[in-house]
Amino acid sequence: MTARQPVRVLGKASGRLATMGPGFGFLTVFLLVPLALVLSYTVFRRGRFGGVVHEPTGENFARLADPLYLEVVAGSVKLAAITTLLALLLGYPTAYLIARLPARWKVIALVAVVLPFWTNFLIRTYAWIVLLNSEGPVNSGLKALGLGPVELLYTDGAIVAGLLYAYLPLMILPLYSAVERLDPELREASANLGARPARTFWSVTLPLSLPGVLTGCVFVFVFVPSLGNFVIPELLGGGRRIMVGNLIRDQFLKARDWPFGSVLALAVVAVLVLLLFAQAWAARRAGRGA
Amino acid sequence: MTRRVPVVASACLAFALTACGGGSPADSAPAALDAKADLSKQSLTISIWDGYSPKDLPERVKAKLGFDTKVAIHDTNETIVAKLTAGGDSGIDVAFVSGQYAQALNAQGLLEPIHRELIPNLKNLYPEASQLAYDKGNAYSVPYTWGTTGLCYRSDLVKTPPTSWNDLLDPAPELKKKITMMTTERWLALPALKLLGASVNTADQAVLDKAKAMLLKVKPDLLAYDDTTFGDRLKSGEAVMVEAWDGWCPTSEKNIEFVVPKEGSDLWADTMVILKSSRNKEAAHAFVNYILDPEVHGWVPANILYRIPNKAAMDKVDPKLLESYPTLAEPPSELLKGESLVDLGEASTAYTRLSTEVSAAQ
Repeated sequence: MTARQPVRVLGKASGRLATMGPGFGFLTVFLLVPLALVLSYTVFRRGRFGGVVHEPTGENFARLADPLYLEVVAGSVKLAAITTLLALLLGYPTAYLIARLPARWKVIALVAVVLPFWTNFLIRTYAWIVLLNSEGPVNSGLKALGLGPVELLYTDGAIVAGLLYAYLPLMILPLYSAVERLDPELREASANLGARPARTFWSVTLPLSLPGVLTGCVFVFVFVPSLGNFVIPELLGGGRRIMVGNLIRDQFLKARDWPFGSVLALAVVAVLVLLLFAQAWAARRAGRGA
Repeated sequence: MTRRVPVVASACLAFALTACGGGSPADSAPAALDAKADLSKQSLTISIWDGYSPKDLPERVKAKLGFDTKVAIHDTNETIVAKLTAGGDSGIDVAFVSGQYAQALNAQGLLEPIHRELIPNLKNLYPEASQLAYDKGNAYSVPYTWGTTGLCYRSDLVKTPPTSWNDLLDPAPELKKKITMMTTERWLALPALKLLGASVNTADQAVLDKAKAMLLKVKPDLLAYDDTTFGDRLKSGEAVMVEAWDGWCPTSEKNIEFVVPKEGSDLWADTMVILKSSRNKEAAHAFVNYILDPEVHGWVPANILYRIPNKAAMDKVDPKLLESYPTLAEPPSELLKGESLVDLGEASTAYTRLSTEVSAAQ
């Protein structure tokens, strides 16, 4: 036994390397190295044709405080907050109902939630243009009812609708897994002790699913302004509203200002990391409380 | 007009990607090229917009010139400029880029000077083709297509045909929410700059500020900012008047017309450039020469309805086609009234800021 132990330890170590190595290598090459490059760009001057000139400067960070960009950030945060709130209001009941379905229907319902991802994102966004434009089915319906036409497309409302549609699954899935995990006996105990279903929900189910709520909200709130997407504001907003995603894209592709684009990208990453930390911390606290 | 080639869609946006930053014009003497080189020992990689050249071009080049051609596709000027400036050998011999991008590439010393003796077909070009401000005399670029920007509108839905940029920037009440403008910075500013009587290449901040005020004023009246789908919007009637490039205005439709406003407009050109890094420069020149052959170059107006700076080829265009597309038939002198877009270098940040300010405003 003692003779075999070192062999086993060695086997474990090489096994770890074999299983973690590829993933770790991939992350190093394709995440850490580019991130380090982005980080290094932030302190240099922009090159005339893009790229950077290796003269250190702090002005890229100073520009973050420019009211012009703050206004864009504020607008993005507003749209992201509205989208997150709506996603929560729509997503929670959906997730709750799916979690209470019989097992067979659960699978079908979950597939239905992710089904839109099987179609190209751009095509789905164009579908919204078809739906919402002034000659589209929604407006035809409103006209028939004597209510229209209403200006739907190229408004903030259209952007929120597109974002909500794109990111709702990110809310439903964590909520579902949070609600689904709850021990049904807790609900039964609550009922046995005389609580009505509404009381049970408010005092038992909701508090216990809060970590899922947080995860979903952070996902949606973070994805909307960051990854999120310069495509939806451009297509559904008609380019009349820009979000942080557009601003970053424009720095690289239009303005040839890599350093400032990097600063913006980094600022978004920083906010994202902070939010994820906050979420993890809150989830741990909630877990401890239970 | 079924194909929408995103040619100038983003000209003037920006070049990207050079780790080393700026550069100075190439001043080293061009390497001597061997006019009698055995072309069959060379091969060519070109980069061009999708649908911008005949599908069977490689076969035709092989049959005529004896070397293999690989066609790479880029979707915007930025992508190809990024590839070319990323450092090292991009592997591309001939690239199709808009004029001001050719100018910027040359400023970085990346382009081979055009060896005129290897391109006898240069004689087919209009004399005006060598008068374009980004490269007078075609020292490092050969124009492939050219055109201008104007107003594209529905003659059945617009009461008075537009004649001025003011019809776009101060629209009649019935046009409100039915017009679009371009979003790419230089073209976003163009209508206002021209209405102010300024140059489309101006770097004067006072003028740009005035232009900004005009653009902000019209923003609430716009349906959208749109560089790519304005033709479809006109066809559906969703928009009735749009700022458009001539080749993109679907004048083949019955009620759609194109006009260059009286204050004037720009003149853009898409060009062919040969890379200094190319190891197949003789083949590259032979290729450019082959494109300028009237039979080959004539494919462009006949199939994608862009105007080309090739007189010999334009003279052979089917008169029926010219009748249905009056803008195709315009003499180059009309086009030359437009102001050639040039690369603005450092001053381009002023345009970026202008466009960010206009898009960020609520």
